[in-house]
Amino acid sequence: MRFVLRRAGFFLLTLWAAVTLNFFLPRMMPGNPAIAMMGKFRGKVGAQELQTLEQIFGADSHQSLPAQYAHYLGDIFTGNFGTSLFYFPSPVIDVVRGAIPWTLGLVGVTVILAFVLGTGIGIISAWRRGGLIDSLAPPLLVIASAIPYFWVGMMFILIFGLKLQWLPWSGGMNLTDSPAWTPSFIGDVVEHALLPGLALLITTIGTWTLTMRNNMVTTLADDYVRMARAKGLRPHRIMLNYAARNAILPNLTGFAMSLGFVVSGAILIEYVFNYPGVGYMLLQAVENEDYPLMQALFLLITVAVLVAILLADIATAIFDPRTRTSR
Amino acid sequence: MTGRFWRALARSPKATAGAILLAAFIVLALFPGLFARDNPTAEAYARNLGPSAAHLFGTTGLGQDIFAQAVYGTRQVLEIAFGAGLASTVIAALIGVAAAYLGGFWDGALNLFTDVVLVIPLFPLLIVIAAYVHNSGTGVLIAVLTFTGWSYTARQLRSQALSLRNRDFLAAARVRGERGAYIIVVEILPTMASLLIAAFLINALYDVLFASSLQFIGLGDPNSVAWGTMLYWAQNNEALQTGYYLQAIVPGAAIALLGAAFALLNYAFDEVSNPALRPVRVRRTIRWRIGRLAL
Amino acid sequence: MLEVSGLTVEYAATGTTGGKNPVRAVDDVSFHVDAGEFVGIVGESGCGKSTLLFAVAQLLSPPAAITAGSVEFRGQDLVALSGRRLNAIRWQNLSVVMQSAMNALNPVMSVGAQFADALRAHGMTSRKAVAERSAEVLRLVGIDPVHLKSYPFQLSGGMRQRAMIAMALLFTPDLVIMDEPTSALDVVAQRSLMTQIKELQREIGFAVIFVTHDMSLVSHYSDRLLVMYAGQLAEAGPTRRIFDNPLHPYSRGLLEAFPSIKGPKVPLQGIPGAPPDLSIIPNGCRFHPAAHPNCRSARPPSRRCSTSKA
Repeated sequence: MRFVLRRAGFFLLTLWAAVTLNFFLPRMMPGNPAIAMMGKFRGKVGAQELQTLEQIFGADSHQSLPAQYAHYLGDIFTGNFGTSLFYFPSPVIDVVRGAIPWTLGLVGVTVILAFVLGTGIGIISAWRRGGLIDSLAPPLLVIASAIPYFWVGMMFILIFGLKLQWLPWSGGMNLTDSPAWTPSFIGDVVEHALLPGLALLITTIGTWTLTMRNNMVTTLADDYVRMARAKGLRPHRIMLNYAARNAILPNLTGFAMSLGFVVSGAILIEYVFNYPGVGYMLLQAVENEDYPLMQALFLLITVAVLVAILLADIATAIFDPRTRTSR
Repeated sequence: MTGRFWRALARSPKATAGAILLAAFIVLALFPGLFARDNPTAEAYARNLGPSAAHLFGTTGLGQDIFAQAVYGTRQVLEIAFGAGLASTVIAALIGVAAAYLGGFWDGALNLFTDVVLVIPLFPLLIVIAAYVHNSGTGVLIAVLTFTGWSYTARQLRSQALSLRNRDFLAAARVRGERGAYIIVVEILPTMASLLIAAFLINALYDVLFASSLQFIGLGDPNSVAWGTMLYWAQNNEALQTGYYLQAIVPGAAIALLGAAFALLNYAFDEVSNPALRPVRVRRTIRWRIGRLAL
Repeated sequence: MLEVSGLTVEYAATGTTGGKNPVRAVDDVSFHVDAGEFVGIVGESGCGKSTLLFAVAQLLSPPAAITAGSVEFRGQDLVALSGRRLNAIRWQNLSVVMQSAMNALNPVMSVGAQFADALRAHGMTSRKAVAERSAEVLRLVGIDPVHLKSYPFQLSGGMRQRAMIAMALLFTPDLVIMDEPTSALDVVAQRSLMTQIKELQREIGFAVIFVTHDMSLVSHYSDRLLVMYAGQLAEAGPTRRIFDNPLHPYSRGLLEAFPSIKGPKVPLQGIPGAPPDLSIIPNGCRFHPAAHPNCRSARPPSRRCSTSKA
């Protein structure tokens, strides 16, 4: 229990750090971007929004810095992220809300698949050292992990989208359709998700497989695995209950680290495929200099990552009894 | 890190492949003029040409020679890889080892700081920073990558330093009266050399990927000669849709190859440092005997 | 009951690390164990005793492999047995206790779960029966059965080791092979563990092969002693006889290295040199770089002296 509390405390601390970072970054930029912003958006947006911009860049000299900070924190807590500059006059919250399901679907499914498949292949590869899978998988995956995500996406577009014309390669759905829970719509969504999903899967699966395999190999050399053999247990029971269960533990914490890469992969893949998720939206916001939207998305991504890490920590506590006693 | 270590490394096919690739790229970066005749930035040629004898990979949408761009672009990428890679490894080493060595409050504080930085998603942060800065050149990219990339390595190095902390040779140094800084630099760091090198390789790999990604989405300097920027322009010109594949394939392949070089070297390092991961086991060595009383 | 003949174990040569020849860790070793006997195997680090043990129990992993010889256990040659039939024998008739319980017990499973694993693998399905038998063996070694729910890291070192022994006795096997089970313990715990093992042996009647480098410890409890050096059996015979009259120069050297507590002060004799590199096997007696010149070229044949060989 103390363990969970400690992790939750860490979660809050990091959240605070991200929020504060978000606050200070625009103020640290060289030059005076606020003025450029004013010039660009004046006349296109309302006075309220201009004021928001000023607040973001700290050009609002009516308040002192601590006061601005307090104001900012208050806004965050109430979910008031201001109005989007590009999608004016929609509030940022609404814009963000629209993008979330797309990313959740694409990335969520892919990550789970990558973890399950990657771990599985890693286990089998280590169990049958020197077998076919073990000779092929590691070198292939090493090389695969070095390929930039977006390039894989582009190659997919080239091969499967343009040349072979098997699957659509842009957008989340057919633009002419309107969303409805009909089989044809769902089928359409799935079709559009296949290529980006596959690209994301390929790029993320490599790390997990490799670390799982390496962990398994080290674990298999441990005495308790030999002991399990001595007891006459069936091979697959040894593989799963004794070897894999121990080998996966460092992987769970590694899962937290690798989330960062999943996020970057997702952003790039969404960009390449014009997939209307959170990542795509972030890049659009950057391109359009829609700072309120950008800040909100950054916070959203950070929170998502933190939550995932917290979940991984809880999973570790469940699977590894040693962590339950606080150190 | 004994001679045996290096010999084993030299025998590993992965290390050899990685080293050759890397060496090739370094040569290209140092002497681009030897390999590419054309000026990479000159928009002198007809646009969107396919491969030919005159232009090995064809030309871009602006009439630049792709081959020349690829060759000259090596320099920037290597600058970033080595620059940011080295910088983040050094910072990570200082922070990680200091935390392990100082212990107590400082350890806790540095650790917490590292963990927090570690957990904040890297790429979105990079994007946000680059967005505020506009048109990041090499220097900015290096700074930004270093600032965000040291945390993971710091953690690793701290663990290893912790396990070394209580070893005898360090106690001997303390008894000799050496100062903390001396011990850290002269005694601890060389012992961690293999981990440091492996960390550098991984950092270099990710710096290459992240820098190219940033350039790809348009946050780099669009006028620079770099692989990521080439991809940016290719995307802008809808190279894939319009059939000028090489504009996209060439820079991507270059990134993948350089990345693979670092990745292979790193994997070979892992294998050699951790004998359990090697293809087969090691032989015995001669041991001392019991019952022998020293003469 | 157990008859090992000409057992040879080799570690395959590797290309990446420089060794060209396979390393012969166990070379043509033969011995036997009768029912209820306590046989000690002693030797220094690296002499091959653990490898011998794992080879007998068919627990080697690549790159180690049995390249010659047989292990006859209750009439069956274990080397030739297939996986399934071997598994049936495992633990029921032949069990193993390892050096460090912290490493030999699965850290993420409770002690009871690990007992249950073994029991269920051999056909005990009723949860009640499993629980009863697990509690029974724990009581045998003096551990409160409430610890079935504990994880290995929650027990003390001595308790863990005894829990391992309890686990080895789940099916009251005929033979229990122990690989340095006391090395990780302090002297007091060592003594109490050894006494307990001997008592259990008397109660239940299993045979024990006990591998250790601590000759003085094992000699108090063993019926017979095997001395290993550089992968070969240097000497074998009743414990008392070996101590009173060691025949092989190595055994002699070992015994002479222990000063006597009583008796006159005598300058101690060490054994000069070091064991040979097992990938380059010398001709003749392995001990020859350290021993008499007349053994240098050819290995002296094993001589039988009444009930022992050297």
